[in-house]
Amino acid sequence: MRNLLAIAGKELRGYFASPIGYVLVGFYALLFGWFFYTLVAFFERQSMQMSAGGPGSAMNVNQMLVAPLLMNATVIMLLVFPLITMRTYAEEKRSGTIELLLTSPLTDWQIILGKFLGALGLYAVMLAVTLVHVAILFVFGTPEWKPIATGYLGLLLMGGSFLSLGLFISSLTKNQIVAGMITFSVFLLLWVINWVSTFVGPTMQTVLNYLSITEHFDDFAKGIIDTKHVVYYLSFIAAGLFLTMKSVDSERWRG
Amino acid sequence: MIEVDHLSKRYGPFTAVDDISFRVESGQILGFLGPNGAGKTTTMRIITGYMPATSGRAIVAGYDVFEQPLEAKRRTGYLPETPPLYPDMTVREYLTFVAKIKGIRSHVKDRVDEVMKRTWVADMGDRHCGKLSKGYKQRVGLAQAIIHNPDVLVLDEPTAGLDPKQIIETRQLIRELAGTHTIIISTHILPEVSQTCQRVVIINKGRVVAVDSPENLTSRLQGAATILVQSDGPAADVQGALQHVPGVTRVTRSEPQGTVASFEVDTEKGVDVRRELASAVVARGWGLLELRPMRMSLEDIFLSVITDESTEAPAANTEEVANA
Repeated sequence: MRNLLAIAGKELRGYFASPIGYVLVGFYALLFGWFFYTLVAFFERQSMQMSAGGPGSAMNVNQMLVAPLLMNATVIMLLVFPLITMRTYAEEKRSGTIELLLTSPLTDWQIILGKFLGALGLYAVMLAVTLVHVAILFVFGTPEWKPIATGYLGLLLMGGSFLSLGLFISSLTKNQIVAGMITFSVFLLLWVINWVSTFVGPTMQTVLNYLSITEHFDDFAKGIIDTKHVVYYLSFIAAGLFLTMKSVDSERWRG
Repeated sequence: MIEVDHLSKRYGPFTAVDDISFRVESGQILGFLGPNGAGKTTTMRIITGYMPATSGRAIVAGYDVFEQPLEAKRRTGYLPETPPLYPDMTVREYLTFVAKIKGIRSHVKDRVDEVMKRTWVADMGDRHCGKLSKGYKQRVGLAQAIIHNPDVLVLDEPTAGLDPKQIIETRQLIRELAGTHTIIISTHILPEVSQTCQRVVIINKGRVVAVDSPENLTSRLQGAATILVQSDGPAADVQGALQHVPGVTRVTRSEPQGTVASFEVDTEKGVDVRRELASAVVARGWGLLELRPMRMSLEDIFLSVITDESTEAPAANTEEVANA
């Protein structure tokens, strides 16, 4: 456990010892802020129009603002995460520091989980910064906190899935650009995989919808924690980490 | 103690290490010698548990590297060819991190301080590893290898890239570490071996071609002695006179400079003909300018061992190709 934390700590500090961490967190916040601003402006205009038509029920902040905001946040993830994971293994292999890790009394799991938690930690910092916007909502309005909490949980789970997959792809190559590009393509593919679902017949449709990584996020944004989706994301993470382990192990045999 | 037992490593059809066996007793320094691509680094990577062998086994401090990797790794310090540094960490952060993953649980700070003093990087604690000069990187690499006070140290070219003063300091440090540590150093700098190692393993093309102490290796391979004679007499006559001295097997003339000619005189094993050679020259009224036994340097031995091997090798190689 201590070994695992040492690796995770090293990874997390590594992000912030270089500009990487600050740039990622800063620009993530910028993009998130922009989405927030547009949605608030839109929400404001809508409610003005609604109230102009006479007294009616107030618009739901959670449904009209928070849910789409979190959906937008997942798009940023798609673009930013390849940048986080592409260096995790590739960089260690290129600089030779992988020799230090593999000849230290550590198990493969400690190294892999440590790296995963380090990246997840960075993502948590990125998400934490966006809580400022949520706080603003609470100051000026009365949103429900539960759907927001489940939304963030969904973001974290979906992020974890992407990170574990990115970690695996990074473990396959020495070249960061190659790792980054493949990661981005696979992410995007998982993103749009159900776009063809209307053309492929009911069985394939179910399969593709199940595979789609965004499909499982919808309920979280609506405030529902469905075990089905939690299981999907957790098994996705487990599969990614398992593949990473196999890749590191086979790399070792091939030298 | 390190024991390497019939170790082989194949990458597909390519054999990097071919049935290597040797032992290093506790507290000894073993020099691992060979040309580039001979399999030194591969062997070291197997001993340190970085990669598994195709067959054979390696035992470090009593633990099989493949069966009990964590126990073996806990007792091994390894300096790879390029020091495994994280450029964004300061030296102190880096060594603290290494101390933690090597399993040091208490007095981490003291240990880091001690090791930095020992490897002369104490004044570099707050520098980023990426900003260090090659020499300092190498020292920090050495610091990370010894931080957990391992029984066994595996150092892959520890003096590469250092300036002469640093080389002397590093060798001194390595000699100090021997005794309490068992050490393998790989190098292709031969004086390093004769100065620091008690035993030498020469490998070429993945095979061990010689194992011995540097001194024994020198005398064993020297075989028949060669004596250098320099004279200002007429070259052809001097050569004839030397040839007639009993015990001389062959005289070769080399590099004539002006009137002075040099001769390499090969003699029968165990016969000292220096007195006779001297009088053969002087009695004829020629000047004897130099007469000295030529010691085979480690360089010559190294080359001769490797050339011997490569003259035999072609046959074996063609066979391998045919089999493949």
